[in-house]
Amino acid sequence: MAPETIEPTAPPLRAPSPTPTYRPLHALPPPFTSSNLEVLTQGAEALVYRSVFLTPHTPCVVKYRPPKPYRHPVLDRRLTKARLLAEARVLVRCKRDGVDVPRVLGADWEAGWLVLEWVEGRTVRGVLDGWAERGASVEEGVVGLMGRVGRAVGRLHGIGVVHGDLTTSNLMVRQGERKEEGVQGEQSKGRMTTSEMRMLAEDGETPSFPSVEAKRQEQRDELEGDIVLIDFGLASHSTQNLQDEDRAVDLYVLERAFAATHPKAEPLFQKVLSAYGESFKGARAVLKKLEDVRLRGRKRSMLG
Amino acid sequence: MAPSSPPQDTTSTPPRPQETATSQPPSQSPPAHIHTLTLPHYPTHPIHLALFRSVTNAPTLRSQLLSSNPLFDYAFLDATVLLSPTHLLLAAQLALHAHLTGKGKTRTPHSELVFRLHPNNNIGEAYRKFGMGDESREVLVVKFGGLGEAVAAEWVGKHLGEVVEGESVRMGEDMEEVAMFADVAKVRKIYKLGEGGAKGKGKKGTDVNGDGKARDELKGMESVILGMMALKGS
Ligand SMILES: Nc1ncnc2c1ncn2[C@@H]1O[C@H](COP(=O)(O)OP(=O)(O)OP(=O)(O)O)[C@@H](O)[C@H]1O
Ligand SMILES: [Mg+2]
Repeated sequence: MAPETIEPTAPPLRAPSPTPTYRPLHALPPPFTSSNLEVLTQGAEALVYRSVFLTPHTPCVVKYRPPKPYRHPVLDRRLTKARLLAEARVLVRCKRDGVDVPRVLGADWEAGWLVLEWVEGRTVRGVLDGWAERGASVEEGVVGLMGRVGRAVGRLHGIGVVHGDLTTSNLMVRQGERKEEGVQGEQSKGRMTTSEMRMLAEDGETPSFPSVEAKRQEQRDELEGDIVLIDFGLASHSTQNLQDEDRAVDLYVLERAFAATHPKAEPLFQKVLSAYGESFKGARAVLKKLEDVRLRGRKRSMLG
Repeated sequence: MAPSSPPQDTTSTPPRPQETATSQPPSQSPPAHIHTLTLPHYPTHPIHLALFRSVTNAPTLRSQLLSSNPLFDYAFLDATVLLSPTHLLLAAQLALHAHLTGKGKTRTPHSELVFRLHPNNNIGEAYRKFGMGDESREVLVVKFGGLGEAVAAEWVGKHLGEVVEGESVRMGEDMEEVAMFADVAKVRKIYKLGEGGAKGKGKKGTDVNGDGKARDELKGMESVILGMMALKGS
C-alpha cells in the first residue's frame, strides 16, 4: 500500500503548457469521434480502436483503414474497400462454419471502417508472456492451450480459409467459460474457477484463501479460455484452389512467431502441430508440406 | 403474410399533427408504452419504439402506410421476424447511418430500416418479410427522431395509442421484449440459414433462459445474420 499522498496547499508551479501541436493523425469518419474511441494499436495498415456499438454496454473494436495520401485517391478507395470487404467476408464465412472469430457488427467500406465484436481476454502473445514471467513451467494449462491453438487453426483450414498473418498477436484467449469440446482428458474438471472460489469464500464455506493464491489461479485461468482467431486482413477463402502449401505457410509463420517471441514455449509448439494433425481430413498432408516450407525457409536465410 | 406492394415514401414534409387531428379517432385510448433509446455515436437521434401484441387492425394501419399518410411516418415491423434486440438495433444503426451519410437506398430512415433488415436488395420483398402484414398481430413500431422536426415520445405514444388497436407491451431497459414473439424457424428461412440449430418450429420467442446449447446456437445464428446485414450491398 502506497503512503497516502498529501495534497499541497497550492498547486506546484508549472510552465504554461504550450498550445497543443498534437493533431489527430487522421480525421475519423462519421459517426466516430476521438471522444468516443480509445486507441488500441496503430499498425501500418489499420488503426484499431476500442469503443461501444449498438448499446452503451456493448464494447466493440473499430478497425479503420485511413486513406493513404501517396496513393491515387481512386485506387486508394478501391483497395481499401477490397481489403475491408475481404476481411469482413472471411469473418462472416468463419461464423457460418462455426469457427470462433469476432462477429462483424458494422461496416462502411466507402469510409474505410469495420466494427467487430470485442473479445474479452488477451492475445496468446500476452498470455504466454505472463506465463514465461511466472517461470514457464510445463503445467497442464499451457499444454492444453497449445492443443487448442492447433485445433483452432485446423478448424480454420478445414473450412478452406488461410489466415495469412498467423502470429500470436492475432490469436486471442477468450476470458470466461470454455465452450470448445476439444479432446478427452483436456477438460479441467473438478478444478474451481476463480469466481467459484471467490463465491465459496464469500459464502464462508471455506476459510478465505490468501489473495496470492487467488491471483495465481487467475493467471492460470488465463491459459484456459477458448481460442479466437482475429485480424483477417490478409486472409483468403477458397474451396477448390486452397493449396496445402498456403496452409503450411500459415503454420510456418506461427512457428516462427513462437520461436521469435516465446522461446520458452517453442518446445511446446509440437503440441500445436500434433493437435492440428488430428483436426481435419488432410491436416497430415499439410504437416508433411510444412517440412518442405521449413527447408526452403532455412535455405533462404542461409543465402540471405 | 399477404403480399403487398411497399408503401410509397412520404415526399413532402409531414404536416403538424394538430393540423390533421380531425382524422384521429376519439382519443379515449390510453397512450402506448414508448421505449426511447439513442445509439452510441448518434446522441442527437433518439429512436422511439412501441411494441404491441394482439393487434386487430393491421389492415387499416397498412392502408394508412400505403396511402403515404404523413402522420404515419413510422416503420411498422412484424415482430415475429425480429430475432433479438441486437438484430433490431443493428438494422436501426445501418438505416440511420445510411440516411445521415446520404447512402440510403430508400427515401426515409423508416423505409431504410425495413430494407436493412432484409438479406437482399429487393425492397418489395423486404416489406413483405419484415413489414407488418394484414395478418400481423405482433407489431413493433419504430420512429426515428432528431431528423428535422422534433418528435416527442409522448406524442408518439399518444398517437400510437389512439391508432393501434392492440395491447401495448412495456419494454425494459435491455429490450428483451423485442424478441418475445420471434419465430426462429421463420427467421432462419428468410436468411437461408439451412437446417439444424435451434429447434422448435413455430415456437414463439427466443427463450433466453433456455439451455446453454440452444442459446449458443441462437447466438451463432444471430452472428451470421448481423454479418450479412452489415455486408449487404457490398
Ligand atoms: N475483436 C477484438 N477484441 C479484442 N481485441 C482486439 C480485437 N481485434 C483486435 N484486438 C486487439 O487489437 C490488436 C490489433 O488488431 P488487429 O490484429 O486486428 O489489427 P492489426 O494488427 O493492426 O492489423 P495488421 O496485423 O494487419 O497490422 C490485436 O492484437 C488485439 O490486441
Ligand atoms: Mg494483428
